[in-house]
Amino acid sequence: MTRLKADARHSVRFSLNGKLVEGEAEPRMLLSDFLRHQLGATGTHVGCEHGVCGACTIIVDGMLTRSCLTLAAQVEGCELRTVEGLAPSADRLGVLQQAFRRNHALQCGFCTAGILMSLDHYLAGNPTPTEAEIRDLLSGHICRCTGYTPIIQAALEAAAELASSKKETSDA
Amino acid sequence: MVQAAVQSANSVDQSDDRPWVGRSIERVEDAALLSGGGRFIDDLGVAPGTLHATILRSPHAHADILSIDVEAAKRLAGVAAVLTGEDVKAVTTTLVVGVKAPVECWPIAMDRVRYVGEPVAVVVATDRARAEDAAELINVEYRPRGAVVDPLSALVSGVPVLHDGFPGNLASERAFRYGDPEKAFAEAPHRFSIDIRYPRNSCTPIETYGVVASHDAGEDAYEVLANFQGPFSIHTVIARALKVPGNRLRLRTPPDSGGSFGVKQGVFPYIVLIAAAARVTGKPVKWIEDRLEHLTASVSATNRATTLSAAVAADGKILALDWDQVEDCGAHLRAPEPATLYRMHGNMTGAYDVRHVKIRNRVVVTNKTPTGLNRGFGGPQVYFALERLVQRIAISLGLDPLDVITRNLIDAGTFPYRTATGALLDSGNYQEAVARAVAQGRLAELKARRDEARAQGRLYGIGFTAVVEPSVSNMGYITTVLTAAERRKAGPKNGAQATATVGLDPVGSVTVHVASVPQGQGHRTVLSQVVADVFGLQPKDIRVNTEIDTAKDAWSIASGNYASRFAAAVAGTAKLAAERVAGRLARIAASQLNVEAADIVFAKGFVASKHNPENRIAFSRVAALSHWSPGSLPDDAGQTIRETVFWTPPELTPPDEDDRINSSLCHGFIFDFCGVEIDRTTLETRIDRYVTMHDCGTILHPGMVNGQIRGGFAQALGAALYEEYAYAEDGSFLTGTLADYLLPTTTEVPEPEIFHMETPSPFTPLGAKGVGEGNCMSTPVCLANAVADALGVADITLPLVPARLAELVRGDEPPPPAGGATTAPVREGDRRLRGEGQASVKGAPEQVWAMLLDPATLQSVIPGCQRVDKITDTHFGADVTLGIGPVSGRYRADVELFDLDPPRAVTLRGGATGALGFGNAEGRITLAPDGNGGTKLAYSYDAAIGGKVASIGGRLLDGATRVIIGQFFTALARKAGGGGAAGGGFSLFALLAKVASLFGGRR
Repeated sequence: MTRLKADARHSVRFSLNGKLVEGEAEPRMLLSDFLRHQLGATGTHVGCEHGVCGACTIIVDGMLTRSCLTLAAQVEGCELRTVEGLAPSADRLGVLQQAFRRNHALQCGFCTAGILMSLDHYLAGNPTPTEAEIRDLLSGHICRCTGYTPIIQAALEAAAELASSKKETSDA
Repeated sequence: MVQAAVQSANSVDQSDDRPWVGRSIERVEDAALLSGGGRFIDDLGVAPGTLHATILRSPHAHADILSIDVEAAKRLAGVAAVLTGEDVKAVTTTLVVGVKAPVECWPIAMDRVRYVGEPVAVVVATDRARAEDAAELINVEYRPRGAVVDPLSALVSGVPVLHDGFPGNLASERAFRYGDPEKAFAEAPHRFSIDIRYPRNSCTPIETYGVVASHDAGEDAYEVLANFQGPFSIHTVIARALKVPGNRLRLRTPPDSGGSFGVKQGVFPYIVLIAAAARVTGKPVKWIEDRLEHLTASVSATNRATTLSAAVAADGKILALDWDQVEDCGAHLRAPEPATLYRMHGNMTGAYDVRHVKIRNRVVVTNKTPTGLNRGFGGPQVYFALERLVQRIAISLGLDPLDVITRNLIDAGTFPYRTATGALLDSGNYQEAVARAVAQGRLAELKARRDEARAQGRLYGIGFTAVVEPSVSNMGYITTVLTAAERRKAGPKNGAQATATVGLDPVGSVTVHVASVPQGQGHRTVLSQVVADVFGLQPKDIRVNTEIDTAKDAWSIASGNYASRFAAAVAGTAKLAAERVAGRLARIAASQLNVEAADIVFAKGFVASKHNPENRIAFSRVAALSHWSPGSLPDDAGQTIRETVFWTPPELTPPDEDDRINSSLCHGFIFDFCGVEIDRTTLETRIDRYVTMHDCGTILHPGMVNGQIRGGFAQALGAALYEEYAYAEDGSFLTGTLADYLLPTTTEVPEPEIFHMETPSPFTPLGAKGVGEGNCMSTPVCLANAVADALGVADITLPLVPARLAELVRGDEPPPPAGGATTAPVREGDRRLRGEGQASVKGAPEQVWAMLLDPATLQSVIPGCQRVDKITDTHFGADVTLGIGPVSGRYRADVELFDLDPPRAVTLRGGATGALGFGNAEGRITLAPDGNGGTKLAYSYDAAIGGKVASIGGRLLDGATRVIIGQFFTALARKAGGGGAAGGGFSLFALLAKVASLFGGRR
């Protein structure tokens, strides 16, 4: 096992939304801080730093991960996905993002990145979720603005749209 | 259910002739927020060389600061400065206090701390982690004082007093009388009364506070970026505290803010603190609050003790009200407090026609976090008492609660209606709203559900609430806390200046700026709709900026995002500004098209003649003319480059000689009812149906209005069922994490059934009223009324957690069966750790006795001990660094021995302090020979802890205590040559070290 010196900065390299990134971090630096302040990927937000609010949720090697409970050094060599990687292009939103906009599923937008990542990850493996399943999934996220219902609705709409576009593709 | 509810918000009519206002168009804000492109304060870069601050805070609720040793912290590499109260005092002055009293209010403790979390030192370093390292090295010596946490207890004579300038902890007392309440009470056939304790809670935005400040020494001017939300009356408070005129405090806000709900008004003491740090260091300084700081010490709503009585006729008509309110504003009366108490002053009769009112208002200080703005702002406290009382009246008189509500509602024909206490209710038809809600929300069916549930033996109840939701605060309402004579001396304060600026650039595109400081309410989208309608353009043609820069933008003391003022005041003012520009453009176009200005219409991107639509000119061409060819404008047109309008409603007058105050401009109406079921086993409250009818005047964007209602409902549901800022009797704060302060999630929040009625306000340019806070006022008491109905109980205290309902339904919890546990269970709010146990150690009692009193032995057996100093034979000091979990802390322990009975028994008493908290403990150890040459050791302990450890670790303490004690005795036994601890053991050092190290750890 690699041992890192506590008071030194170490190089950390990983793939962020498909691109190789590199930076230096002390062993105690949180992944959330590393993403935001070292790499400038500020779309991932920090709400509680103790793993409850879910705002900092990202995907590490295919697993939903609280970046505030992860050290930067832990993701060396991993594949990370964050909210910055969701849109198909800079001027176009993805299906899930569009559903959020259509349903007013965000207000201040601070918690939204984490919720989007949880849903993106979940819908990939569960194309036809029920409302109860979405509510269960998102119970690990706190939103203080919306009262949640529009988020649930956006998720269900996005799931339906993704499923039907997939069907069309396979039919073609 | 969800689909149907959201559907109305999505239907966007594409017909071109309909105005944009009133449509749920997609928000212009969302694309960036959905792709990680938001620009919140911590997302923005800072100038090279910017320093980072961390704040050392008090672990005590009330204590004198005897000394602060910052030398070790200052010596740490990367540390630029450590500011204590004295250093802050050298460059600032006290914050103004909202009542006339000889008290000071500093953003940092001077020589005394008055609440857990009060800043004691600010450490500024090259990065946040170094600043936090240094903060741990600061040694503060406190002498604890007694604490007061309950507002009524704070008024009892002989209790500790927080401020000499507030004798008896009373910061303000005023009595008011409207009509002839004494006569009404004397003549009324019935008098009903209710005692309410409204708890402390907060809307807790997910983004915490942030400040970046710099100081220009040459001009003695400050520049501050903060996610402050207004009101900008606070700008004057900050400038004054920093000892500069207002024009030398440039306050800016970031483009995005992660929720506020009133809470981010409370960032202002930190603006002063961080600006002071910038001045002392000569560098920009940045501070981002963490969640523990936010929950512990940012701000909270007031908790309030209320006694409300009503004089009531036989038919349930309320003839008079008698309010006695004791408002708990925490340790300091910070601006704008005691505004929470006076915001509702015009509305103390709610939605009811009551002409005789008596009010006694007292404001007290206690050893808790100072209070401030919070969604609902005084409304939840008032309506909880009023609407609980209405239910009590109904039950007592054997009437239907809904009948008592409707019997007392203000008549539809009497608007605008002046309440007894001075509010001018602008418009409404409360009877119609109630009737529609009852029909659309299917009350009859809900009652059948209740009857059916009850027939099956289930606990089911229905609650009702009628609420008037005030919006657009009169800046003068707070002066009602002063007597008429004091007000005359201070000069009049009133109004609610809103401002909007509309600008046209050289290609004729339209820009709008307002000083509304949104935190997610979609102001930019709504303003683009409002202005597009005036100019005959599309919302996408209008670019709106809602950032504020006090150095160059139009603003007033009323600017900001509070009192639900956007739709009613700010959006209306933007309409007025656009219309003013449009009026001039019409004159220009008229001269170009050779028609009268009255014949001009703005539509579909053109300025055209109404009579001959083919006679038209492109909007952009007319709009650009003022830039390119001012000489060709008609003489009376004036410029059309930029127009700023200030608007304040004339109805917002100062309090009159009789203390009548029109505290708000607009008054929406809400009628809620709900059905709840309480599980007989778990006593969890489940909402079966929640119906909420709103009349907020003209609706500008249905999707956003419903968003405000749902959001407010969810926060109110939290306040009703889960949330409370809990304090122990000694003032320790007990809910410092989101695992302790429970917020509702997707699995707890149902979809409310929302209905609307639109009675436009005659007082606002668009007919709109505020809608953001209503459910925070109506929902807590509506749920409480339903729970009271379900359980058949008279007194209900929030939050309605199962444990509290269990006490109501089943009485106190019975004591646990004897034997078994070694640690006694603790009462709610009692954080004392008590326990007893036994251990066996090899070696005779004399040997063990000697070990327990030997510093070298203790040093080697106390977990994490670095050093034990023997001060006298019976007095020891120790330094320990220990950790359980991911972080560690350093602690200084001090222990004395009493009642020595060598080698049989000893009592230990002492305490430990460190950055993560403090502990005090007392224990008795007895030693006896075990008959095999070893020693049987029995112990009992009684310990209390405070500080961060209490705030974030309360749930874990008992278990962790036993672990640490076990470690101690294992080590002691090993040292003595074998044996072991049975069921743990005891050491005061070990206990304190454990407490100290609960969140300490590996390094």
